Amino acid sequence: MKLVFERSAEGRGTRYLPECDVPERLPAAALREKPLRLPELPETEVDRHYTCLAGQTHGVNDGFYPLGSCTMKYNPQINEKMASLPGFVNIHPLQDKESMKGCREVTEKLEQLLCEITGMDAMTLQPAAGAHGEFTGLLVIKAYHRSRNDTGRTKIIVPDSAHGTNPASAAMAGFDVVSIPSDDHGCVDLDALREAAKEDTAGLMLTNPNTVGLFDPNILEITRIVHEAGGLCYYDGANLNAIMGIARPGDMGFDVVHVNLHKTFSTPHGGGGPGSGPSGCKSFLAPFLPGKDSPQSIGNVRSFGGNFLVEVKALAYILTLGREGIPEAARNAVLNANYMRVKLADIYPMAYDTICMHEFVMSLEKLKHETGVSALDVAKAMLDYGIHPPTMYFPLIVHEALMVEPTETETRETLDEAIRIYREIHEKAVKDPEGMHRLPLHTPVRRLDEVTAARNPVIRYDFDA
Amino acid sequence: MGSYVPDTSAQQMEMLKECGLSSFEDLYGDIPESVKLSGLPGVPKGKSELEVKRAIEEMAEKNKVYRHIFRGAGAYHHYIPAIVDEIASKEDFRTAYTPYQAEISQGVLQSIFEFQSEICMLTGLEAANASVYDGATAAAEACEMCRDKKRSRILVCAAVDPKILSVVKTYSFGRDVEVELVPEKDGTTDPEALRKALTPEVSCLLSQQPNFFGNLEEMDSLSALVHEAGAKLIVSCNPVSLALLKTPGEYQADIAVGEGQPLGLPLACGGPYLGFMAATQKMMRKLPGRIVGQTTDVDGKRAFVLTLQAREQHIRREKASSNICSNEALCALRAAVYMAAMGPRGLRDVAAACTSKAHYLQEKLAEAGLPLVYENKEFFHEFVTECPDAEGLNAFLSERGFLGGLMLSKNRLLWCATEMNTREEIEKAAALVKEYLSAAGKETQGKEASGS
Repeated sequence: MKLVFERSAEGRGTRYLPECDVPERLPAAALREKPLRLPELPETEVDRHYTCLAGQTHGVNDGFYPLGSCTMKYNPQINEKMASLPGFVNIHPLQDKESMKGCREVTEKLEQLLCEITGMDAMTLQPAAGAHGEFTGLLVIKAYHRSRNDTGRTKIIVPDSAHGTNPASAAMAGFDVVSIPSDDHGCVDLDALREAAKEDTAGLMLTNPNTVGLFDPNILEITRIVHEAGGLCYYDGANLNAIMGIARPGDMGFDVVHVNLHKTFSTPHGGGGPGSGPSGCKSFLAPFLPGKDSPQSIGNVRSFGGNFLVEVKALAYILTLGREGIPEAARNAVLNANYMRVKLADIYPMAYDTICMHEFVMSLEKLKHETGVSALDVAKAMLDYGIHPPTMYFPLIVHEALMVEPTETETRETLDEAIRIYREIHEKAVKDPEGMHRLPLHTPVRRLDEVTAARNPVIRYDFDA
Repeated sequence: MGSYVPDTSAQQMEMLKECGLSSFEDLYGDIPESVKLSGLPGVPKGKSELEVKRAIEEMAEKNKVYRHIFRGAGAYHHYIPAIVDEIASKEDFRTAYTPYQAEISQGVLQSIFEFQSEICMLTGLEAANASVYDGATAAAEACEMCRDKKRSRILVCAAVDPKILSVVKTYSFGRDVEVELVPEKDGTTDPEALRKALTPEVSCLLSQQPNFFGNLEEMDSLSALVHEAGAKLIVSCNPVSLALLKTPGEYQADIAVGEGQPLGLPLACGGPYLGFMAATQKMMRKLPGRIVGQTTDVDGKRAFVLTLQAREQHIRREKASSNICSNEALCALRAAVYMAAMGPRGLRDVAAACTSKAHYLQEKLAEAGLPLVYENKEFFHEFVTECPDAEGLNAFLSERGFLGGLMLSKNRLLWCATEMNTREEIEKAAALVKEYLSAAGKETQGKEASGS
């Protein structure tokens, strides 16, 4: 594909604005020395360029997208319509309160519903993504301990199965990270936790269901241990889709949570955002939340409120599903994952072969050992079938991991077809392992040279080069 | 109620059976009974699409959409060509995840590469990332890029947008880093105060161009002072202004950040917006977040891929340069489409119209009785005026469909004009201001007369 810059020709372009109707008045000094270069294209070419790019982008409607840990469910169209209403799109964020009652109704209603679903007492919609929500929640924990002059609590406990954002967020919030191992079932090793939880513990970060797709049966004991040591419990809501309406982090002993509207609540991911990662907490922590009128607030984590239009979409979704639809979605997400797991377990060994939540992790260690075919090879083979591969090599505690999350919005037929494809690929892997390293064959580009990309980074086009 | 679960209950039961289970209950055996919910009483019953549409439309109707907007202060009302909305609503771009599988994500990867290139063109710097959450978090991340063991104190110009300052302070609370304000003098950064503040522990100065008051800072001299002291210069800049103004690269800024909302994103009550970040080649590996690089595939074909991932949280965990994962990719796509559609001349026209109209507005408001506060300073498309009763004036304007300047204090307003404001509209605004001031003046005179 040509770059937009390669379609450019000097002097071309479409005019979108009228002649300026006041005298031109430019600053006398501080002007740019080098004239600005940007692509120069007529609108037809711009349109074709992006149509071409869209054609080489795999979206949820292009095919099954069981990317583990990402909850790639269907993004309902009505939500998009609601987020494009002129009464939302054209509101200046610094209008007086009276003139934006409708926006406030959206945010207050969403906060209340998210509190209900998570079992929290207060919520901020400011964080713009999940990791941003983690950072916010950890600052709340930090501010809480400081407010009590409990300054020796400098450590956050994170299981070794956690998403990378957990330890990274803890570091940004100024904490040292204590990594604890998982037990043989992929869950928190209680003895290791008991040893780690002490007077320097600020808190524990946990994803539950965890990153191997299991609900930790010891959850009440886990939060008790941390609380007894004087720490707080942080719930990473990345996997909330499995249990929404079934159980709530607030009832399991968690004090702070974040949820991902772009996973659990069906807002689209946009090729990497905008997301939205509201943070919630129990009432004793509410004064520390950002954006609240409280002297103890940690301050703001974003300029204006949150990603408002994303919030509108999530509200439309929650209102549509309602109190019956929310647990129904969770149950079917879990059912679909188990259905696929059961139908694949005979040839793809499961890292933990038990009833899973909304996703499951396979370990291709044996296949790799016997045939040289890796998890990467299997994932790349999927590309030729028009199916998005599962998450690869995560969590780090499972070797040759492939993590599959089908979500509740797929039909049984889609799952059956994916199962057939997984099995066919396995057959190929056994029959022609060498051939597997060459896949995919039919994608717009094939396997990339990532090493050169990182060693000699070319990260921009330069007209003058 | 609405539902997006496609399978019938009969199919669901069959699937459960194939899993060796007899009910949904069996799926949740690991959840302790004591925490299982019996229902969600606080959530209303599900609604049909029609009902949801009605409920949400009603909410939108409770907002007031101003026809005439003279307020900016970090969120700007610009024209968005129709093609921007059309392309950004293409399903593939809208629903894709972060492009981890490059072979089937070339479209989104290339669009990010093009966005990075365009940000470099605007800022005159060499390396840009795929975006962060908004302009304020971009500034906060930039401050973190400059910090090291020896230099840990952050200086921020007092004329930086207070919302950005607030976010920088929050992020600094995380790292336990000190933030110190460098005072302004007559609406721009005081160079003498800066010179004194630049001690050896200072890692960087965060400045803003045009600054919060709309005034143009003398970036060359700020840059020289900062670099003499061995610190780094971060500038938060308005991307539209860069079509005209000297670029951060031209005055040797180390990092340029900014709010990308003016590049084709609607006001949208504050979000989603777009934080952009660009740095010198030297600082490239300190940039947070996603970066797309060019490479080739096994057939030698040009291709794009997420690169320099050794900086990122999924590899480095607690040692990562930032925790950022999801950014604002679709907003970056909007900005890229906007820049490609407008082209260099179009963007220059927007910038020229903004500053020309702002100056026209300033003259008309001065004539109507609102004097400019920082008379000796050049401004871009925002400026501060005195105003005897800012709140009263804004209420008067609001009733007539005009969103007046942002109240900085009881008697100061920060005004903004863009290409959206016509001459007629500007003159009407000034006439309304005059009408209000003369009515208010009469009222005061009346009160004084009756009081004496």
